[in-house]
Amino acid sequence: METQLPAIPDIIAQVPLTNYILLASILFIIGVVGVFVRKNAIIMFMSIELMLNAVNLLLVAFSSYKSDPNGQVFVFFIMAVAAAEVAVGLAIIVMIYRNIRTIDISFLDKLRG
Amino acid sequence: MYPIISLSITGLLTLFLGFADNKKLVFPLSILFLLLALGLSFVDWNAPGYYFNGMLAVNNESIAFWAIVIVTAILVLSLSEGFDRIEFSQPAEYLAIAQFSLVGAIMMVSYNNLIMLFLGIEILSVAMYVLTGADKRNLRGNEAAIKYFLMGAFATGILLFGIAMFYGATGSFNLDSVSDLMQEGSADALFLWIGCTFMLIGMLFKVSAAPFHLWTPDVYEGAPTIFTAFMSTIVKTAGFVALFKILSSAFNGLGEVWAIMFAVVVLLSLVIGNLGALSQSSFKRLMAYSSISHAGFMLLALLGDHNNALSTILFYSLAYTLATISAFGVLLVVSKERTENGRAYEKIDLFRGLIKENGFLTAVLTISMLSLSGIPLTAGFWGKFFVFSNASGSDFFWLIIVAVLMSAVAIYYYFKPIKEAFDRSGELSTIKINSIFKIIFGITTLGTIVLGIFPDLIRSIF
Repeated sequence: METQLPAIPDIIAQVPLTNYILLASILFIIGVVGVFVRKNAIIMFMSIELMLNAVNLLLVAFSSYKSDPNGQVFVFFIMAVAAAEVAVGLAIIVMIYRNIRTIDISFLDKLRG
Repeated sequence: MYPIISLSITGLLTLFLGFADNKKLVFPLSILFLLLALGLSFVDWNAPGYYFNGMLAVNNESIAFWAIVIVTAILVLSLSEGFDRIEFSQPAEYLAIAQFSLVGAIMMVSYNNLIMLFLGIEILSVAMYVLTGADKRNLRGNEAAIKYFLMGAFATGILLFGIAMFYGATGSFNLDSVSDLMQEGSADALFLWIGCTFMLIGMLFKVSAAPFHLWTPDVYEGAPTIFTAFMSTIVKTAGFVALFKILSSAFNGLGEVWAIMFAVVVLLSLVIGNLGALSQSSFKRLMAYSSISHAGFMLLALLGDHNNALSTILFYSLAYTLATISAFGVLLVVSKERTENGRAYEKIDLFRGLIKENGFLTAVLTISMLSLSGIPLTAGFWGKFFVFSNASGSDFFWLIIVAVLMSAVAIYYYFKPIKEAFDRSGELSTIKINSIFKIIFGITTLGTIVLGIFPDLIRSIF
């Protein structure tokens, strides 16, 4: 059974897919570098969110160019889960701030072998 | 599928039980809820099928893993012995989160769509971040929680980037249609390569295989012991089944590309896990490195013939789970009375003189350590044996030789706690163990020995 894919609307086709992929990859790499370079827990956390949003952009771009709604549905799941993760992550950061009055992770060095 | 629904509902119910004045009811009811989920798992036995528009695939194998995961949760949570521990100051919340985490684990072992894989991993991981930080005032617990959280969220990002690239190459999240596409070879090669690599890295982070293991020792050491036991057993089992499903279906046409990458990961896990464990003085860190090396062994099973790999993983994770619960349970009992700097003392020399004080606990600890190191007549031996026989069909025979050498190294550090326990020079304060602990230790120890003598018991299910 061969289904005919609907044509990609002109307004989407004006920007080639490669541009979206490049932009998403650059955003993702900025996020990865941010996690490794920064020591502030909130900034690291923001970098992780940047990675997730790069993925969202990538999924939406692929989804549009493939005329397949699955990718966009996935984006909703990522957003919902990321919100839940933010709630837990910020709670952990607040818990640490209450105990040591800083959120610089280089002060957390109690665990070593 | 039914345990997912029942655990979600009973998890919410457990949260409401926290409002009651008498918190003593929460614990027995939670165990009852878990038993209910265990019973409901078997409704689908011998009736394989797809649920939620092909999102979940249920068959006898996945039901067997559901049962392992739920039974593990029952055994581990029973070790909480009432609520006098600080991490159980709010029992209803933690028991509810434990039930929610099981929903994630069940989704991870029966997913048929990458969306479900992502949701399962996240439900399990977010629950584990909370449980790791359960001891709020403890700085080590805090540090473990933030490390686990940042590493876990980072790994999720990488996994998602892989899934997105994979979607770009194949145009679908469904494992069945993806594996058809792979057979035809019509997917975009570059995106596919990036996607598979990133997905593998993300998954290997979650199962703590080297070189993505850096969080494991710290998190295992800092988390409350009972939740360390929880994560080293349930997360590991679910993670490996998820990894197996992805390798055997979606990556089927990829063959060589991931096999070499995988062999390197197995080698690194075995070497780093076993050599790292040699110099540890903390028992929980020792168990963390041992879990890295066991990840190496289980990945070795995935390298070989895929037809037997699932039953090998089933047996291995069962053997590992039983031994790990015994080990952490004994640690919980013995370390209860000893504190150092306001925190339970968890060095290996804690066990010194255990034989004089309590022969039963010594036997439990000894059998669990023997099983972990793979001595014959314990389940661990057959686990390793099945892994080796499974991997012997692959092109990586040299890896088996490395693995055998490394299990010889492992005997050295697994015997350290045993040596301490039989050292009669030590003095231990009186240890009281209640009857729940005795029953659990009985189950895990007997299970280890019975599986060691009749290994076909489990493998004959399939």
